[in-house]
Amino acid sequence: MTQTGLDLRDLRVTHLGTQIAALNTRIAPAEVLVVMGPSGSGKSTLLSAIIGSLPAGFGVSGQIVLNGRDVSHLPTARRRIGILFQDDVLFAHLSVGQNLGFGLPADAGNKAQRREIIDQALADADLAGFANRDPATLSGGQRARAALLRTLLAQPAALLLDEPFSRLDLGLRHHIRQFVLDRARSHRLPVILVTHDPGDAEAAGGRIIGPDGSAL
Amino acid sequence: MPAGWSALPPTGPPVTAWRNDQGRRPKVMPARAPRPRFSLLRFAPHLTVALLIVPVLAGLAGTILPAFGLTNGEGAAAFRALADWPGLWRAVHLSVITGAVSTLVSLGITLGIVAALLGSRVFGVIQHLLSPLLAVPHAAAALGLAFLIAPSGWVARALSPWATGWQNPPDLLILNDPGGWALIVGLIAKEVPFLLLMTLAALPQTDATRRLMSATSLGYGRVWGFVLTVLPGLYRQLRLPVYAVLTYAMTTVDMAAILGPSLPPTLSVQITQWMMEPSLTMRSTAAAGAVVQLLAVVGVLLAWHGTERVAKAALIAVAGRGWRMAGADAPARLTAIAVGSVLAGLLFAGLAGLALWSVAGLWPFPDALPHQISLQTWARAAPDLAATGGATLAIAALATALSLIIVLACLEAEHRFDLHPKARALWLLYVPLLVPQIAFLPGLQMLNLWIAAPGLALWAVALAHVVFVLPYVFLSLGGPYRQWDARQALIGAALGASPARVFWCLRLPMLMPAVLTATALGLSVSVAQYLPTLLIGGGRIETLTTQAVALSSGGNRRIIGAYGLLQMLGPAAGFALAIALPRLIYANRRGMRQASL
Repeated sequence: MTQTGLDLRDLRVTHLGTQIAALNTRIAPAEVLVVMGPSGSGKSTLLSAIIGSLPAGFGVSGQIVLNGRDVSHLPTARRRIGILFQDDVLFAHLSVGQNLGFGLPADAGNKAQRREIIDQALADADLAGFANRDPATLSGGQRARAALLRTLLAQPAALLLDEPFSRLDLGLRHHIRQFVLDRARSHRLPVILVTHDPGDAEAAGGRIIGPDGSAL
Repeated sequence: MPAGWSALPPTGPPVTAWRNDQGRRPKVMPARAPRPRFSLLRFAPHLTVALLIVPVLAGLAGTILPAFGLTNGEGAAAFRALADWPGLWRAVHLSVITGAVSTLVSLGITLGIVAALLGSRVFGVIQHLLSPLLAVPHAAAALGLAFLIAPSGWVARALSPWATGWQNPPDLLILNDPGGWALIVGLIAKEVPFLLLMTLAALPQTDATRRLMSATSLGYGRVWGFVLTVLPGLYRQLRLPVYAVLTYAMTTVDMAAILGPSLPPTLSVQITQWMMEPSLTMRSTAAAGAVVQLLAVVGVLLAWHGTERVAKAALIAVAGRGWRMAGADAPARLTAIAVGSVLAGLLFAGLAGLALWSVAGLWPFPDALPHQISLQTWARAAPDLAATGGATLAIAALATALSLIIVLACLEAEHRFDLHPKARALWLLYVPLLVPQIAFLPGLQMLNLWIAAPGLALWAVALAHVVFVLPYVFLSLGGPYRQWDARQALIGAALGASPARVFWCLRLPMLMPAVLTATALGLSVSVAQYLPTLLIGGGRIETLTTQAVALSSGGNRRIIGAYGLLQMLGPAAGFALAIALPRLIYANRRGMRQASL
């Protein structure tokens, strides 16, 4: 039977024989799993393993099954797992609209249709008319929203959040967090949120575990 | 296990210099997703190493074997003929003295400038002047200097007749002096900008600012504090560039032909003259001379290395004495500014002299300026200049494009296959710069026999240039490429972009300023090449540089000026474009601005 969601089957990350992170769980669509722990506890390594970008020297065992499809051995580009970092990492040489267009799949339509999708996405995120802007001229909150839009336009089947709100100031953090989590839920994405901010964990309102899989 | 995994190498790949960490990985599932089964890209590092090493080794063999008579059974006849040349020891002596003195002084001036001026406003000015100074080809710099200091040059004219009383150019051997001092000055003026650039590139890794701050806060003078705290780490990274400078200075042919003594000339110039003799009878003597030259370079490099160790021990011994030397700062600062200005002034005035002579009408001694300005020289030489300039540009474009493709492939392979260059890789990059050109290019001259068609000769020369262009392109591009935030590639991949799309749409456009700078550097290195063009082209390929050097022995300053100026304009335009284009294209991208130089 095919199960939807992100299924981590006995996923284990090791470095030179030492276990860094271990997870055996399933994240249902629209569920947010929070992984908490101090810096250096292997949270980001876990995300690297799930997305398929671990540097040399690390070992991974187990399976990553996304909506019934084993993606463990696929390259990052074909896993359909989106990721957001604490810096928004908008591509500096592209306009905001071109950044979104980079995420949009090639078969999403002709030039005019693509432009329309991008403009609509921007408008829905209170960024109407931002398509031609230089990303460097955006505020922190605007950049964070643009980065999320870019990720969602790529039509991911799961979303990883690597402390995406920790660089935002407090007032903004609450707002952007709500924005991201709402969007992820409305897209029915399984989400893994890595953080050391208890506020994030509280807002997610779901299970909270450590990088070693232990319940917190 | 899925079949795809077998594509991963069972152990490290056979590259000597690039290591793949997978060989040391614990025996669990490989972390990275399997790569395409076969990719040419994976072999880019092998190709790079081969391109740098094979020509040098083959050339050395092609030089050494005939020198020892192993190709014609003449035994040591070549060395006997060489020993019979009365100028031999004088020529070797000249090579050693000009090379060692100019390198030592260049290094001293470079370190003095950095120690005394680092962080000051003057230092910012120096940084801006570096690129144009570096873009000047050696031959053009030498010709400019020759126009300045010759008995009928600008300096003598400026001082005559009011200070010197000369109504005619004095009969002095200022230029081509038997001691090689004009050559030493020329080498210093050209090598200080290069060493300064290498120092600037190495400084960020030496923690210089903080070390200097803690030294000065302990009461040490800036300069002495720099010597004690920054220099040891800095020199470790400057060592290879310094060795390359030493090799070049001992064996340069174009600069020595223009500025150096003539009876006898330096050994490398003499070897080149033997190589170019139409009768071919002197070829084995030339090969023997090349072996002697190589031994001289190896000997001086070893002596230099020994001196490094002595200097290091002395520095450690003196560091504990607690001398602060704070009083040395003001004089050092003044000296650094003065010496730096004189060197830059020599280069710029020399180039201005080239430009002025190329448009000079009647200009008798001792007038400081010509009577008329005329474009006659340019008009008369235009067809030749256009043909030669075209060939120069074609070779430079070919060599730079090839180098750029190989370097980009190599760096991209590093990124995609997780290869980590070892320290040895840097040495390999320097091989063509550490082995004297005069020692291995003669051995490659047999290529001449295989390439009869002129079109092929052009390609052969361009390929020979790649050997010298590629290291500079790699050194220039490697830093920015490896420093590029790799999370951007990861984000691209997570958005569904293939590695190729990440390369073409993200990495390359973002690194465009660095790529353009490397391109300009590659072009200028190629334009400046003299010996590879002369020997590999076998006289069939004429570039601005070979023509300028050939003309330098004649007396037509106007035409020399035109060739020298044109030789310099190409690289200068390249560097100007490398600075202007990114600003133009990314005018509305603030995030791209700090990336450009």
